[in-house]
Amino acid sequence: MDLTLTENHRALRDAVNAFTARHRDRAPKPGGGRKRPDQKVLEWQALLLEHGYFARTIPRDYGGFGAPRDVIELAIIADAFSRAGVSPGIHNQGISMLVPTLLEVGTEEQKRRWVGPTIRGETIWCQGYSEPGSGSDLAAAQTRAAVQDGHFVVNGQKIWTSSAHYADMMFLLCRSEPELPKHAGLSYLLVPMNNPGIEVRPLRTMTGRAEFNETFFTDVRVPLDQIVLSRGDGWRVANITLKYERLLLGDANKLQQRLEAILRMMREPGPEGTPLLDQPEWRDRLLRLQGEVMAARHHNLRLLTEQAEGVDSGLGRLIVKYHGTMLGHRLTSLAIDVMGASGLAYEPQGEMAEDDAATTWHIDYMYDIGLIIGGGSSNIQKNIIGERGLGLPREPKAAVGA
Amino acid sequence: MRFGLSEEQRLFDNSLRSFLSSRLPVEALRRLAEPGNGFDKDLWHGLGELGLHGILVPEEYGGAGLGTLDAALAAEALGYHAAPSPFMASVVMAAKAFDAAGEAPRRDWLPRIAAGEIRIGVGLGAISGQTGRAAVELRNGELSGALDGVLDGDAATHFLVYLPDGRAALIDAAADGLTATPRRSVDRTRPLVDLTFTAVPSLAVIGTTNGIETAARVRDAGRVMLAADMLGAAQNMLDRAVAYAKERSQFGRLIGSFQGVKYMCADMATMLEPCRAMVWYAAYAQDGIPEEAASTANHTKAHLAEVSREVARLATEVHGGMGFTDLLGLHFQFKRITFDRQVLGSPEQCRRDAAVAQGWAAG
Repeated sequence: MDLTLTENHRALRDAVNAFTARHRDRAPKPGGGRKRPDQKVLEWQALLLEHGYFARTIPRDYGGFGAPRDVIELAIIADAFSRAGVSPGIHNQGISMLVPTLLEVGTEEQKRRWVGPTIRGETIWCQGYSEPGSGSDLAAAQTRAAVQDGHFVVNGQKIWTSSAHYADMMFLLCRSEPELPKHAGLSYLLVPMNNPGIEVRPLRTMTGRAEFNETFFTDVRVPLDQIVLSRGDGWRVANITLKYERLLLGDANKLQQRLEAILRMMREPGPEGTPLLDQPEWRDRLLRLQGEVMAARHHNLRLLTEQAEGVDSGLGRLIVKYHGTMLGHRLTSLAIDVMGASGLAYEPQGEMAEDDAATTWHIDYMYDIGLIIGGGSSNIQKNIIGERGLGLPREPKAAVGA
Repeated sequence: MRFGLSEEQRLFDNSLRSFLSSRLPVEALRRLAEPGNGFDKDLWHGLGELGLHGILVPEEYGGAGLGTLDAALAAEALGYHAAPSPFMASVVMAAKAFDAAGEAPRRDWLPRIAAGEIRIGVGLGAISGQTGRAAVELRNGELSGALDGVLDGDAATHFLVYLPDGRAALIDAAADGLTATPRRSVDRTRPLVDLTFTAVPSLAVIGTTNGIETAARVRDAGRVMLAADMLGAAQNMLDRAVAYAKERSQFGRLIGSFQGVKYMCADMATMLEPCRAMVWYAAYAQDGIPEEAASTANHTKAHLAEVSREVARLATEVHGGMGFTDLLGLHFQFKRITFDRQVLGSPEQCRRDAAVAQGWAAG
């Protein structure tokens, strides 16, 4: 254990603090995301990349900052942004899930082509995993990719594709070898969304917005080289992506940002004039959550160190999604309680406008339920934790047929 | 620059754990716990041979000169095995108190702590937020009054008694005018001791009257040790619940294959796993990150108290009726967790102290 800050670390912390103070007006509002990045967001992202406050350890050849991995540096940057309440950059499925997947198993050409535009926020990805008939049972995917005249030809349907209505690309799990057993017959393709055979129908959710979609494929042609690894490797690649999805959804830095935002609200004078932070019953609720977020953050530091040292964190990594999404929901629960009745005014704006603070908190509060369900529901997570993490026996297979 | 244990720490942890598991199978633990005095001579000597007594004492005074994180690893291992041993008060809190004192008391007492030749019960009284009598007065070097809830006090050779102003007086456990009343606690591996004093001469007075900051650091180190102890005890209960779920069959299936049972185990692991890094960080902060020492110690004690209470219930439940019996001895860890939560400040008190440490509430 060595968390000593070197001169370089102190200098970095000062630099990040100076950066957030100087540029905070240029930053987009944090939270509430799930929209195509607008010009303000893209410019902010470019500024972060230029300073190495985003994609810090991604090699320069692929558009990153190319710094060696230093856990403390990453923690300093994340801390400074959340304390300042300034957006730490774009977090979407392309950046947090596809990019690390490509860095792990993509070809050199794929990394050069896709990583840069994705981390700049120019190329938006959506995830083609769930189908109407295969949600939790992901490996049962039936969307078909047949090989005809030098192309994959895709037919089928995906559901819960968040951001498909504005995405440029999809990473798609589909069945390329129907004659092989369930898990062995899948492939992982990179599919442009502007293909004429793709139809996206918005799916309105409980937030009142259409964050999700149904996506239909009719004879969609995909070049044979737009596959990650090989035919039949789809389950393996999908699981690499799922590993990163679990980490994204349980992101401890996001939890810390929320905590800081709630703290700021609780410092404001409440309805009776006294800030809620000065009222013991409210303060204790915040403190309980602060303790839990603290555990999540320090756990994250441990995982980052293990990752850097090539150690498999096993159980420690498997719990992150379940732990983080449940805690996230408890944080947004406190936020909407802090706003109380006066925070019930709710008018979500369209795709391009920013929502007001109260509406954003209520969207996040509801969207958190979606995050608890999506990316492998909490119950699926508990199966994974129990079986892969603790080595508990699997559920016996139900009898086939009959 | 890394967040994790060193190779030396892993080796130390392994040797301590294998020592404890060979010494404390459940029948042995049952026997050692029965008197309720929290002490066994052989175990104490064995721990001394592993270098535990002087773990925090600087090398110039005959100790190992290690840090709070090393001590927390030891506390976790002791909690895992519910070891009856006066580690927290004597080895950690008293050593920290004397290490922060002047040259004379350091020279006089630290070598004796490191040698395991004395064991010091510690009473923080009101400074710990603990309930019970805490009215102590020091006049002309003599201690009078009463103090309840002294930690690790039954087999102690000395007591370190804190005054409300933050100073502490060391007294001999056999001194005239001192009455020590030990009681068995719900946790038979740790005793409760109440003291009354009538003009008991102090052997040393440490600290100054201008604040309780040093005393609070001793208290916070104790809170980290209790958190580590709860982590160990809860991890033990989880490990045993998982093992039981892999061997017990009902309805023709291993019970761990039922989602009801599997999910209880998954919930325990999900709650408990992040606590390990939290304890490491808080322990490290006591030596290395002074500005976060108080808030992390308090949060860690409070959080572990909440998590380990849940784990204690769920792990017992996974064992079904067997978990409720004396037979498996699972209850030693259950009661250890019960004890740890209440001493040196409740979770509510600790969270309040964390608020004060961050300037969110007045002290």
